[in-house]
Amino acid sequence: MSAGDGMTTTRRGDALAAARYLAPAALVLVGLLGYPMYQLVLISFYDYGQEQASAGAPLTFIGFDNYQRLFSEPQFWGVLGQTVAFAAACVAGTLLVGGALAVLASRVRAVPRTLLFLAALGAWATPAVAGSTVWLFLFDADLGLVNEVLVGLGIHDMAGYSWTYDKLVAFALVAGEVIWCSFPFVMVTLYAGIRAIPAEVLEAATLDGASTWRATRSVVLPLLRPLIAVATIQSIIWDFKLFTQIYVMTGGGGVAGQNLVLNVYAYQQAFAASDYGLGSAIGVVMTVVLLVVTLFYLRALRRRGEELA
Amino acid sequence: MRWLRRPGRAAAEVLTVVIAGVVAFPLYWMVLTALKPEGEVLSANPRPWTLAPTWDNFHRVLTVSGFGRFFLNSVVVALVVVALSLVLSFLAAVALTRFRFRGRTVLLVMLLVAQMVPVEALTIPLFFVMRIVGETAPVFGVNHLGSLVLVHLAFSLPFAVWMLRGFVAAVPVELEEAAALDGASRFRFTWQVLFPIVAPGLVASSVLSFIHAWNDFLFAKTFVTVEESQTLPLAILVFFKPDQNDWGAIMAGSTLMTIPVLVFFVLVQRRLVSGLAGAVKG
Repeated sequence: MSAGDGMTTTRRGDALAAARYLAPAALVLVGLLGYPMYQLVLISFYDYGQEQASAGAPLTFIGFDNYQRLFSEPQFWGVLGQTVAFAAACVAGTLLVGGALAVLASRVRAVPRTLLFLAALGAWATPAVAGSTVWLFLFDADLGLVNEVLVGLGIHDMAGYSWTYDKLVAFALVAGEVIWCSFPFVMVTLYAGIRAIPAEVLEAATLDGASTWRATRSVVLPLLRPLIAVATIQSIIWDFKLFTQIYVMTGGGGVAGQNLVLNVYAYQQAFAASDYGLGSAIGVVMTVVLLVVTLFYLRALRRRGEELA
Repeated sequence: MRWLRRPGRAAAEVLTVVIAGVVAFPLYWMVLTALKPEGEVLSANPRPWTLAPTWDNFHRVLTVSGFGRFFLNSVVVALVVVALSLVLSFLAAVALTRFRFRGRTVLLVMLLVAQMVPVEALTIPLFFVMRIVGETAPVFGVNHLGSLVLVHLAFSLPFAVWMLRGFVAAVPVELEEAAALDGASRFRFTWQVLFPIVAPGLVASSVLSFIHAWNDFLFAKTFVTVEESQTLPLAILVFFKPDQNDWGAIMAGSTLMTIPVLVFFVLVQRRLVSGLAGAVKG
């Protein structure tokens, strides 16, 4: 895969030089990613509350008590379930919108395509906090444009309708914002992939009598599969640990915490309720879930015979 | 791609333009609201234009709440993260592609795994780490910008290294051999030949590091509670009030927060796309 593999002349002292080049990055990653990871697991085994965090009270090792408490908490299972469902909806929406628009972009001329790409670039570039506030304002119950337009269309029930009151509606609103700012990555990636397919390949398929649909399904999709896999995994990782949008748009987890996702839940347990042990246990659960996703990803890569290095 | 061209292209193009309009609309609404006078912002019948644009909202944001200070804080954090991440990730990428040593594949797998780590879950231990760091080096401690620099550097490194790997690997080994024949040391080759060649990759990874640090909300919220070190995302939330949100100010603040990223994006748009493609193909 990489040109480096073709390097036959192994110089002496490579290991030493590599160590020097790697040292600064390694130091940062071990200190600020590796060590905290270890600490996260460690804290989850302790009774770690306000007194321990700020007053230096002695720590008590409590084994799996935090996990036991967490797993016997109905709210945790509810939050876990809705985090998975919410992330799945966001991932599916992002891939569908991004994929469909990539195909659309490949079928139109330069001017409309450029307009679409510029708009997408804008959405992509918008910081999560800014995007969340704009969407909130557009969907504001009294001052929002959306309700006004809907009322104008004759749907009078929408006057003063709150988009963040009902649990599912609030989730849908947040999902809308998330898809809006994350579909551009998928669109740009897949568009580049479509453009990279040699015209001869598709011409050959057409000559063999394949319809557009057939050519798309049997030629384009298999060729794009590696890119689609990458985009899917990136989206899963991104959407599963969403924090900002939920926090800003539902005011920290919605009415009575109905819109909590794992990340916000962990934050609340730790920094609002000062239960750092329980918060860490939630963090460990999140990490394990994402590691499992990663393992599937690595296996999928390997099965296709792709080398890592 | 002749196979895709069908009579329906005109319809497809109209559809494309309409979708572009829908996608861009929230941004338009944000800027428009920021420029509207207060009476129009708080009107129950919002109009998609304004006849009396005003800088009032921007003025209020920039003067009343010390927004300028927050803006500067955000810029400092993002730029320092970009500069450090550039050097560190480039060195690591060179080592991982140009040098042969045992354990290289293991390191690459770890790099991939590191990208999957839900960094948000590390907020709790990192908070304690920063508190300890702050006792010996206050600049990097809690409530100082250094703590934000450190965490964002750590979070942006794995992807930056991963992305640069593809760029460094694409440079032919012959070039290095030729440089070696000419008597250039490996160090000189790395900085004077390799570094400029992989510039597109460096630009792409820098943009991502910048955005990562610029957009951060969770760590800014957790690590910094004193006003003097706060960054933009939190400054915007100040205008959310229980009785009546100051939407004009919120939109003006959001606009100010979005513009630098937008400019950055448009400037490096092409390189960003090729950079991402390079990372994906790696």
